[in-house]
Amino acid sequence: MATAAKETDLRPAAATQVTFLEAIKQAMYEEMERDPAVVLIGEDIGVYGGAFKTSEGLLERFGWERVIDTPISESAIVGAACGMSYLGLRPIAEMQFIDFIVCAFNQITNFVAKGHYLWNAPAPIVIRGPAGGGVHGGPFHSANPEMYFVHTPGLKVIYPSTPYDAKGLLKAAVRDNNPVLFFEHKFLYRRIKEEIPAGDYTVPIGKAAVRREGTHLTIISYAAMMHTSLEAAADLAREGIEAEVIDLRTLLPLDEETILSSLKKTNKCLVVHEDTKTGGIAGEIAAILCERAFADLDGPLMRVTALDTPVPYSPPLEEYFLPNKEKVLHAARQLAKY
Amino acid sequence: MAKANGANAHKQLTRQQYLDLYYYMRLNRAVEDTMVKLFRQNKIVGGLYSSLGQEAVSVGTAYALEKKDWLAPMIRNIGALLVKGVPPRDVFMQHMAKYDSPTKGKDGTSHFGDLDNLHIVSPISMLGDLIPVMTGVAIAGRYLGQKIVAMTWIGDGGSSTGVFHEGLNFAAVQKAPFVLVLENNQWAYSTPVKLQVPLENLADRAKAYGIPSYSVDGNDVVAVYTTAAEAVERARNGQGPILLEVKTFRRMGHAQHDPAEYVPKQMRAYWEARDPIALYERFLTSEKLLDEKSKKEIEQKIETLLAKERDFAENSPLPPPEFAEHGVYCSGDDCHQIRPKWERPVSEVIPPKSGVAAVWTVAGFGSGKSAGGGSAPIHFGDTQKTGGNGKADAEVPESVAESIEAAEPKPQAVKSTKPKSSAKKPAKLAVASKSKTQARKAGR
Repeated sequence: MATAAKETDLRPAAATQVTFLEAIKQAMYEEMERDPAVVLIGEDIGVYGGAFKTSEGLLERFGWERVIDTPISESAIVGAACGMSYLGLRPIAEMQFIDFIVCAFNQITNFVAKGHYLWNAPAPIVIRGPAGGGVHGGPFHSANPEMYFVHTPGLKVIYPSTPYDAKGLLKAAVRDNNPVLFFEHKFLYRRIKEEIPAGDYTVPIGKAAVRREGTHLTIISYAAMMHTSLEAAADLAREGIEAEVIDLRTLLPLDEETILSSLKKTNKCLVVHEDTKTGGIAGEIAAILCERAFADLDGPLMRVTALDTPVPYSPPLEEYFLPNKEKVLHAARQLAKY
Repeated sequence: MAKANGANAHKQLTRQQYLDLYYYMRLNRAVEDTMVKLFRQNKIVGGLYSSLGQEAVSVGTAYALEKKDWLAPMIRNIGALLVKGVPPRDVFMQHMAKYDSPTKGKDGTSHFGDLDNLHIVSPISMLGDLIPVMTGVAIAGRYLGQKIVAMTWIGDGGSSTGVFHEGLNFAAVQKAPFVLVLENNQWAYSTPVKLQVPLENLADRAKAYGIPSYSVDGNDVVAVYTTAAEAVERARNGQGPILLEVKTFRRMGHAQHDPAEYVPKQMRAYWEARDPIALYERFLTSEKLLDEKSKKEIEQKIETLLAKERDFAENSPLPPPEFAEHGVYCSGDDCHQIRPKWERPVSEVIPPKSGVAAVWTVAGFGSGKSAGGGSAPIHFGDTQKTGGNGKADAEVPESVAESIEAAEPKPQAVKSTKPKSSAKKPAKLAVASKSKTQARKAGR
C-alpha cells in the first residue's frame, strides 16, 4: 500500500519569481510528471533531497524506483544511467558536486559519448550537478570541468546563467536523444531570481543569447561570469563604451553564428570565463574567429579567465584566482582603445 | 576442480539442448578458425583475439538466456553472440572493417550491439565498464516489469578494475537481475592470475558484495550451462545478482601477435588435453547423443554456412572515407526509436500511486534484532511496501543471505553446497557457506 505522500505540487500556478535552484527542481519535477521514463539517479537525492535540495520532495511523489539513491560510485551512476537509457528510460544522473564527474570520466567519454557513433546506440541521459567557485568550496568543490567534455565528440555541454534558461535547457536536455552534461553554477543557485512562466517551455540547445546589445565590443561569457560581464558592461556604458554581451548557454555545440554576427557589428571580442585559461573555451573562440572572421577583427581577442591553478580555498586566494568585474573592465577598456 | 557430472545433468537437458550446445561450440570454433585464415591473408584489419579452448564458457552461459534477455560480451565471447543470434558474417565483417558490418567500419572485433532486436550491448576496450551499464539494463527491465536478466562477462584481469567493484556493489544493493560471468582464463595478457588477485577462487570476490557465487569448470559445457541456467533463474526470480566464476584457460596469446611464451608448457599441455569440444564429444558419444553421421552433418552444415557468410563478408566494400564524419550525434526524428516497453501498469510509477514516505525504515533497529535478524535495513525498488510501519522491508532473499556472512576462514574449493531444494542439480557450485544464516533463521 502506497503511503500517501502529502501533495506537494511544485509547479508554479502562475508566473513567479524563482531561484536557479527552484528552476532546476521544477524542470525535473515537470519532466517526471510528463514522462514515466524519466528517473533520477545519484547520491543522497532521495530521502535527503540532494546536497543542494534540488530533488527535495521528488522521492515522496515518485517513489523509490524513480528516485534512486546510490552508493558513492560515480562510474556506476553514469554506467547504470546509460544502461537504463537502452531500454527507453531517460535518466537524470546527479553528480553531488560536478568536481566528481571526473570519477566517471572513462564511462562518459569512452562509453556514453561514443555509443551512437560506433554502434548506433544513442544514450539519452543527462548528467547534471553544481559547478563553479566563488563560494569558498576549495579545490574539490569548485571546479569548472566543462572543457574536458567539450573536447569529447558525442556529448552536449550546457552551462546556463539564468533560472529561465536553466529550466528550459534542462527540459530540452531530458528530451534530447544524446547524452547531455548540464552544469549548474552553484554561486547562482540562491543569488538569482527570475520570473519564469507557468507553462511548459524549453530553450533550444546550441543557441547563444544576446543579453545586451552594443556596438563597440563583444563580451562573450557564460554561467556566473555572464552576470559579472553584464555588470561590467553597465559600467562601461557610463564611460561611453557600449558592449554587447553574449551568453553562450551551450558550449557544445557552440553557436558560432551568434558570435560571428556580433563580431561583424563590433569587430572586437573579449571572452570572460571562470574556467582556467589554458584550454578554456576562449581559445576555441579565438581560433574560430581567426578562421572565419579574421578580416572583421579590429583588435586582438582578449580573455579574462581564472588563473591556471587549482581553485584555492582561502577567500583572498580564491578572489585573486577568479575573474571579477574589475578585471573585465580593465581588459575591455584596453580592447576599446584599438 | 570437479568433473562434469554428466549423468546428473543429463536429466535436465533435452536432446536438442545437448545438440545445440555442441553446434554452437563447433560454430564458435569454426568462425574463429575462419578468421585465423583471414588474418593470415591480411584480410583482418586489426587484432584478432582468440577464444580457443574457452568456447564452453561463451556458449554455455549465453545459452542459459532467453530471447528477451540482454547480454554484453567481452572480446572473446564471439560464441555468446552466435548463440544470441548474430550471423557469422557480422563477426567477419567487423574484423574486416567492412561497410556492411554492424558498426559500418567504425569499430572492429566484438565491439557491436543491437538494442532493438537481439538485446546486445557493445563492449568497449576499457574493462569493467559494462558491469554498471548492464546493471542499469537490469534495473530498467525490472522497472518496466519485463522480467529480464542482464548478463555480461569479465576476465580475471578485468575483475581488478575499480568499475568492476562499483558496478557489482551497486547491482548488489539494488538486487538487480544481473549475472556476471567471471571468465577466469588464468592470464591477463602476460600476467598470471596469482599476480592479479590473491584468491584461490575469484568467485570469492562476491563475498564483498553479499551475493552468491559459483565456481565452475569452464571446459565442461554442461556444467557451465546448468550453473548459468540456475544463476539466471535466481536472478529472474528477484534474488539479486550472482557472480559465476568459470575456470578455463586462454590457449592462444592475448592476440594473434602474441606467441604467449610466458605460459608454462606444463600448464598449456594440461589444458590442451582438456579441450572443451573434445571433452563434450566424448560425453555425447558415450551418452549416445551423437554419432559419426550426425557429427558429419553438423560439420557440413557449419561449413556450408560459413562459406556463404565469408563470401558475403569478403564482397562487402570498405566504407567511403567521408562516412567518418557521420553519426557522432543522434539527430532527426528517427535516430532514437527506443520506447519503453511497459509490462506492468504504468500507474504504479506515477503519482499518486508512486508516492512514498521519504524516510528510511531500518528494520529491527532498537529491538536488538537488526544485527542478526537477516532483514535488509533498507528496501529499494518497491513503491508498495515502504510504509514506515516498522515491518516494511522484505527479508533478505535466501540467495543473498547465503553469502552475506562469508565467515568461513578459508576459500572453499569447488564443491557442492547447494540448497536442499535443488540438491539434485549438478554438483558444480561453490556457494559461500550458509550454515550461519540457517542457524539464524532457525533461531527466529
